[in-house]
Amino acid sequence: MTGTQIVPGERAIALLGGEANDANLRRYLHGIPGVDAVGLEQRAAGLGTRSIKTTSKAWALDRIIGLIDLTTLEGADTPGKVRSLVAKAVTPDPADPGCPRVAAVCVYGDMVGHAVQALGSAHGDPDQGRIAVAAVATAFPSGRASRSIKLEDTADAVAAGADEIDMVIDRGAFLAGRYGQVYDEIIAVKEACRRADGTYAHLKIILETGELNTYDNVRRASWLGILAGGDFIKTSTGKVAPAATLPVTLLMLEVVRDWYRLSGDKVGVKPAGGIRTSKDAIKYLVTVAETVGEEWLTPHLFRFGASSLLNDVLMQRQKMTTGHYSGPDYVTID
Amino acid sequence: MTRLAVPKTYKLYIGGAFPRSESGRTYEIVSAKGAFLANASKASRKDARDAVVAARGAFGGWSGATAYNRGQVLYRVAEILEGRRAQFVAEIVDAEGVSTAVATAQVDAAIDRWVWYAGWADKYAQVAGNANPVAGPYFNISVPEPTGVVAIIAPQDSSLLGLVSAVAPALVAGNTVVVVASERLPLSAISLSEVLATSDVPKGVVNVLTGSPAEIAPWLASHQDVNALDLVGAGALDWVDLQIAAADTLKRVLTPENGSDAAAPTLGRITAFVETKTVWHTKGLI
Repeated sequence: MTGTQIVPGERAIALLGGEANDANLRRYLHGIPGVDAVGLEQRAAGLGTRSIKTTSKAWALDRIIGLIDLTTLEGADTPGKVRSLVAKAVTPDPADPGCPRVAAVCVYGDMVGHAVQALGSAHGDPDQGRIAVAAVATAFPSGRASRSIKLEDTADAVAAGADEIDMVIDRGAFLAGRYGQVYDEIIAVKEACRRADGTYAHLKIILETGELNTYDNVRRASWLGILAGGDFIKTSTGKVAPAATLPVTLLMLEVVRDWYRLSGDKVGVKPAGGIRTSKDAIKYLVTVAETVGEEWLTPHLFRFGASSLLNDVLMQRQKMTTGHYSGPDYVTID
Repeated sequence: MTRLAVPKTYKLYIGGAFPRSESGRTYEIVSAKGAFLANASKASRKDARDAVVAARGAFGGWSGATAYNRGQVLYRVAEILEGRRAQFVAEIVDAEGVSTAVATAQVDAAIDRWVWYAGWADKYAQVAGNANPVAGPYFNISVPEPTGVVAIIAPQDSSLLGLVSAVAPALVAGNTVVVVASERLPLSAISLSEVLATSDVPKGVVNVLTGSPAEIAPWLASHQDVNALDLVGAGALDWVDLQIAAADTLKRVLTPENGSDAAAPTLGRITAFVETKTVWHTKGLI
């Protein structure tokens, strides 16, 4: 996967009409209208009530699998754990060869080499039925490290073969209003995603909405991430509660929609953490289709960051195939 | 002064909570004389699915509790039942149309049976297990272990005694239970759930569904996360088909029993839902 070939910083200069410094960013981000929290939550709740059954459900389940970033981000990760994760990513349901593959595996930077090796010929662009390798970088999950360490972390993962980098923004700087610092850091990380051949690894920007406190902040952070050149904006690290929620994801999708109308650029969204059941995941699909449109339901524009979700989707799939309820004995123990 | 009676809403008992049926359906429960008694929830296959998930979640804790502890918890259920005898007697008189003396006898028998099974909790392993003599310097020990989630179709002609006779033995060994109560006489089952909810039985260990066994049983029989099926009250259903469905996932199955001594208390009802594990262990160098 090559990622968008935009020059870092290009988006902001066009929109802000000047240099992307603290003052200009603040003027722009604080000029964005506030979020109607009640309306947002009501809209999200309404989208969650759609009834998706039979063939639509079968389509949705397969599509969910194809949009999953199968993730293991534990201190206890080992090369063996990554290999078994990759095996599951390639063949989610060994009993059903028709089961689609997941979009990507998401691991810590030091595990990228193991993931690439384990994927072998299955490694590649998820739009072509292969599996990408995503790595979290920039001192994930806290983001508390000096910039040189963060850039080194990113470059290291890209050099090891990561197709996608999930970076965390500096929430401390964002909440303190130092937007320029957050912006510059994203630009620098984007630059560190550059490969030897001049292409860029896909950059996903983790906003960690659980630490941003208000919907207004989420909206501003989403704009900031997009302006700085993110290919994806991602809700959470999964290490902070609350992680992804439907209203927050809806809000981010609305920003992506507005940006698309403004510029024609398509930016991806990745809710991550806390999505454990097929039922929840289907609500997200509905929200995407109703907010930005069905064309966003492809791996390069929408992902689920999840691990236990896959097992639940597989059990639902087995139920639809066999007509009997399945159980956890028929999927892997993660 | 006249007073409006406050009728009770009988709901399901799943995972320690009392939800209405996911389907929103209810059905009328009438007395033996045909008078309206209550609306009971009519559980759907999805309620059964949720109940199995709750039972599976509770299995680790309940089976991992010491046998002594399980026995104490079950005794406590009997103690609380004792305190609510009058409520059960009144319910049975209404629902079955029997005399107070007959209803009282049923409630007493149910409490006594519960105590009888509770006593077995830390004793059945001594009877069902064994230290096997082997030709080598090893201990060779067979111990019964609970099989997992047990789905039960409760006896259909009894409000309380039949239900207790089917549920208690499955709990003794550490199994967790999803029970479909009598379709015609489900009210005592939900009142028993209130007893379970206020005793020390962990949530999810017993899950009670009311409604049509004919509708729910096939889903439980073919459910891949149910380990055993007690068809004691399924005599009126197409229970051979249920057995066939259960065979696909190698479930243990007990066949229907009819008559007044259905599900009579025996050690066999406990050991029907255990698996014997045999371990070898080297003898110490003494």
